[in-house]
Amino acid sequence: MTTVLEEIGVPKTGPSGAQRRQRGAMTHPLMLLPAILLLGLVFAYPLLDMIWRSFTTPGASGATLDNYQHIFSEASYWKIFQITFEIAVVVTLLCAVLGYPLAYLLSSAPPRVVAPLMVLLLAPLLTSVLVRTFGFLVILAPQGALNQLLAGLNLGPVTLIYNRFGVLLAMTLTLLPYIVFTLYGNMRAIDRSLLDAAQGMGASRFTAWRTVFLPLSLPGLAGGSLLVFVLALGYFITPRLMGGQRDLMIGMVIEQGVAQGNNFGLAAALATLLLAVTTLCCLGFTRFVGISRILSSHGER
Amino acid sequence: MTSNRSVQILLYVYAAVVFFLLLAPLVIIFIVSFSSAEYLTFPPPSLSLRWYEVIFGRPQWQNAFITSIVSALTATVLALVAGTLASLALVRGKFRFRSTLYMGLLVPAIVPTVVTAAALFGIFAKLRFTGNVFGIGIGQSVLSLPFVVIVLTATLQSFDIRLEQAAISLGASPLRAFMTVTLPVIRPAMISAAVFAFLNAFDEVLIALFLSGPRTTTVPVMIWNSVTYDIQPTVAAVSTVVMAFAFVLLAVVLLVNRFLRHGSAGGGEKPIAPA
Repeated sequence: MTTVLEEIGVPKTGPSGAQRRQRGAMTHPLMLLPAILLLGLVFAYPLLDMIWRSFTTPGASGATLDNYQHIFSEASYWKIFQITFEIAVVVTLLCAVLGYPLAYLLSSAPPRVVAPLMVLLLAPLLTSVLVRTFGFLVILAPQGALNQLLAGLNLGPVTLIYNRFGVLLAMTLTLLPYIVFTLYGNMRAIDRSLLDAAQGMGASRFTAWRTVFLPLSLPGLAGGSLLVFVLALGYFITPRLMGGQRDLMIGMVIEQGVAQGNNFGLAAALATLLLAVTTLCCLGFTRFVGISRILSSHGER
Repeated sequence: MTSNRSVQILLYVYAAVVFFLLLAPLVIIFIVSFSSAEYLTFPPPSLSLRWYEVIFGRPQWQNAFITSIVSALTATVLALVAGTLASLALVRGKFRFRSTLYMGLLVPAIVPTVVTAAALFGIFAKLRFTGNVFGIGIGQSVLSLPFVVIVLTATLQSFDIRLEQAAISLGASPLRAFMTVTLPVIRPAMISAAVFAFLNAFDEVLIALFLSGPRTTTVPVMIWNSVTYDIQPTVAAVSTVVMAFAFVLLAVVLLVNRFLRHGSAGGGEKPIAPA
């Protein structure tokens, strides 16, 4: 029985923990240096520099809070943050609700069925967000595939694009595979005999699922939801292509700010705020759920 | 597991609907790319290859493909080298802060890409390093690194290090032991990680968008420009080529791994013969 991971070469079982930590050949702490240098120079340093520049403005010299003052005083920025948050929350909920049954099916299906289904699930991830969103554009556009189909059936045209619906639909379907994969990993490790035991003690199928399976799958659900939420917060391609004028997300504003180029400090401030919100969500999450539980979500046995 | 038939059927139907929704955009793009019409109409009035002629004929698209491939290769090489070395150190080493370093290497995956892209633009613009194909690749390597680290640490943790130690005890140098015993076993995972890192960088929009210049753009950036300013089936044709490219690479990976697993001598589990 091969899993998708094994298909791409990642083995299934491993030696004991003590063995794993033995100093083996070909290892030296200095081998971490290239990675640390790469992330330090190309990731950490630019981020820190950007955060620093968010405290600068073109006119003034030295550090100012002007950018942040501007952001917090303008009602339109508050509105954009609010909309971004709204969209991200709704998308996360939709992904959780839609993804859970799918992950459940995948985790309990026989291996012959799982492999092709996994490929189908993986396929969209191989194409960029841009291509997939473009596909939704073609389907939902006023002259698009869906409306042509409806016209053929003499049904009225529907406007499912350039509005919140289009954005939510496209974002949910784009982010769905991420939550399904996370949940799948968690669910596969849940010992099904526990469910049998519960039923053996008289619980109905539903009660067994509700009291045994569901709690055990919560770390995966929580982790997947966090992932989707964080990704959704930063989206700008999908809302830009599918949204209307009331579907502005913070990523779009940052992109505009950078593209226009005359006040990088302001765009930097927005980006820093987004980064801060994301960090807070992650920290809050790990405190609430416990990072060890996520990392060990495979070790439910 | 005792299964309730109707619930199972319901789940399968549900899954079918969801998969349809997930894959419909890709299928539609494929169909529309063969349309002969000027605009994106569906169903296409007739089929033609004119849009493929456009993208393979026009220098802008040709240059964009080359730029994408070069930058994605740069990103992949950087991520693979740095990631493999780091994974070896993390899995096998015994020093403090290992788990912190591990988490640290994964941070780029959790930071919103638009933030990373904006930060990179800030530095690259100051250094006048935008519009450089290698610069784009360097920027994208940061996104590919977490993936490589995750795959390789998982693989190395599952690798039975006693095989390597046995080779050393039989007289091989550590390097030789690594090359002849460990490498063949972890190679499939490395190939997969490399291919996925490559595709990730190839398809990447945000960093490429911010770091591109007037004459150096990647395929996704050109798609973005086309989609936001004028939509033509050229975009569908390019998207189909990119998708086909990705599927071909994935198929190659699966086939190579199948071959490596059954073709090589048991993947390192063959008992080491006495000298």
